[in-house]
Amino acid sequence: MQKDNEPIIEVKNVSKFFGEKTALDHIDLSIRKGEFVTILGPSGCGKTTLLRLIAGFQTASEGEIRIGGKEITQVPPHKRPVNTVFQKYALFPHLNVYDNIAFGLKLKKMPKDVMEKKVKAALKMVGMTDYEYRDVNSLSGGQQQRVAIARAIVNEPEVLLLDEPLAALDLKMRKDMQMELKEMHKRLGITFVYVTHDQEEALTLSDTIVVMSEGKIQQIGTPTDIYNEPVNCFVADFIGESNILNGTMIKDKLVRFCGKEFECVDEGFGENMPVDVVIRPEDFYIFPVSDAAQLVGKVQSCIFKGVHYEMVVLCDDYELTVQDYHGFDAGTEVGLLVKPMDIQIMKKERTCNTFEGKMVGENRVEFLGCEFDCLSENIKGSVAAGDAVEVEVDFEKVNLEDNASADMIEGEVKFILYKGNHYHLTVHSDWDEDVFVDTNDVWDNGDRVGITIPAEAIRVMPAKADGNVN
Amino acid sequence: MKKALVFFSSRKSWTLPYLIFSIVFVIVPLLLIVVYAFTDENGHMSLVNFSKFLAHPEAINTFVYSIGVAIITTLGCILLGYPAAWILSRSNMGYSKTIIMLFILPMWVNILIRTLATVALFDFLRLPLGEGALIFGMIYNFIPFMIYPIYNTLQKMDRSYIEAAQDLGANNFQVFWKVVFPLSLPGISSGVMMVFMPTISTFAIAELLTMNNIKLFGTTIQENINNSLWNYGAALSLIMLFLIAATSLFSTDSKNDSSQGGGVW
Repeated sequence: MQKDNEPIIEVKNVSKFFGEKTALDHIDLSIRKGEFVTILGPSGCGKTTLLRLIAGFQTASEGEIRIGGKEITQVPPHKRPVNTVFQKYALFPHLNVYDNIAFGLKLKKMPKDVMEKKVKAALKMVGMTDYEYRDVNSLSGGQQQRVAIARAIVNEPEVLLLDEPLAALDLKMRKDMQMELKEMHKRLGITFVYVTHDQEEALTLSDTIVVMSEGKIQQIGTPTDIYNEPVNCFVADFIGESNILNGTMIKDKLVRFCGKEFECVDEGFGENMPVDVVIRPEDFYIFPVSDAAQLVGKVQSCIFKGVHYEMVVLCDDYELTVQDYHGFDAGTEVGLLVKPMDIQIMKKERTCNTFEGKMVGENRVEFLGCEFDCLSENIKGSVAAGDAVEVEVDFEKVNLEDNASADMIEGEVKFILYKGNHYHLTVHSDWDEDVFVDTNDVWDNGDRVGITIPAEAIRVMPAKADGNVN
Repeated sequence: MKKALVFFSSRKSWTLPYLIFSIVFVIVPLLLIVVYAFTDENGHMSLVNFSKFLAHPEAINTFVYSIGVAIITTLGCILLGYPAAWILSRSNMGYSKTIIMLFILPMWVNILIRTLATVALFDFLRLPLGEGALIFGMIYNFIPFMIYPIYNTLQKMDRSYIEAAQDLGANNFQVFWKVVFPLSLPGISSGVMMVFMPTISTFAIAELLTMNNIKLFGTTIQENINNSLWNYGAALSLIMLFLIAATSLFSTDSKNDSSQGGGVW
């Protein structure tokens, strides 16, 4: 499908720090010529920073960026073969449409007649013929966006960078512009690097999607790969809707979740391994209870969404989201079935919290910047006061409190994952380490919480040999 | 009673004191200037004051000279003030606030005291008083009024304009002349309004810093009025008012029409 396989942009081991904060953490990315690449992630994930490093408005703290084989990490923006479409357009208010588009060409000292032809061609490309002498402030948001695109493509860059260009437009206009951008990409044949937080936009437009979170690339792949085979819970949760459940891989091609065993197509996880199971809501078959049902449950709610119905079905203890063309009223007993192909298994990144700590006395251990009591039967091996230790705490044993008292460590809820029958929270503690918590309580992103860990939940073992010896 | 209450609680009625104030202290005096300017000493309608002005090369010379001094002062303020405003808009907040404070601090001292201090400074440094001292004093007194509005527009300017220009291939010099400068014209224009107009009519700075050797138009008006030549003084004032009105129209024009570059200055 690609005309050319040689990479045009290579980002090698690039990091960017703003003071203490790490915006980008060892990014490696290679973009092929002519590709439509979307960098997708929630706000604050570093996607805009990555684009700005490629455009040259900021320089990388570490690593190397190459465009067309040339090293350009420190090259100022005006010498790079890229042009940018800015989120808020950034059209020059003191120039009219023609002069805005001709800005780059004038700097290149292009002859007047050639310039006029090019500007007209660019205007035609974005469907704005006859707007040359309009004041940019008199244009609507969509028209300004078109002028901004024309201003960038008229310079015939090798790469067009787009920083959330459609974010300020209304839904209808956004959909139209998406189609036009895709069409434009086909006609121009140049590389598009597109930044957005809108997963639907990314799936619609791209050849390749780069999913980012917290300064790291989570997954790179085609839209279908990313949707059907997310590599971790973050990607599964961020792209589309999904049911993410705790499961156990009993053996190859057999997985247990929701208290039942299911055939699946994944293998190589080992026997009796805890895993995360992802099932898209549209992959469930829903029907009146029959022998074919793998799961039996009761419909909790049913909402008409236009094309389909979205139902929440309670099976035993687990809430499952199901989408189907046929709706079942709340309260109905239904059967659910899912094909082996549609069960996506992901390796768990961790099965419990692990912290580095230090014994400070008998049955007293320090980690996360606080001291905790622990029980002697939970201490493995011989550790004396002052020894470096490894501390394990199960997710469900960590307690979160609304009001932190002085001796408690505090943190901020930064990621919430619904696992069917409980929430899995990532809490960023003030000690700068993440604490993972399983809870039935409802918290919101950004909530400040106090963290307590009861003595019996703490398991202590000697630090591994290569650990720190302080 | 009720009617009175309604009247005093309506917003319109609150403007009454200001209205009375402007009638008594602005409109009536202006009308008096016009009346005096168009009458002779005996109170008869005449244009004798204006023909006197046109017949006196000395008065016209002072007039032209004053405009010259005002233009030089304004240009000096732009040339010295723009880079200052630019640097301030680029430095971090706490630091630039301090510098702005230092620029504005002298404004707390009365203009006469400041100018007398300048005279003392020139004496101490054994520098001659005269034209140079006059220009120095003018720029020194008026530069904050130029820096502040320019700083304001530069500071509010969206950084993405600069980035867009860089992205389209402009080097730093081109970014400045093609984007930053044209976009800061409204600031320059209000700076000019605040410097050019008052400089035409100053007389205290000229008197003190040139030992009364150089006369500005303001001085001429003041002398005439001190010598009870009310009608002639009023005519000169009216001429100056016209000039100021013309400049202010000019400035507002260039503000509305900044797309044309507004390159009057």
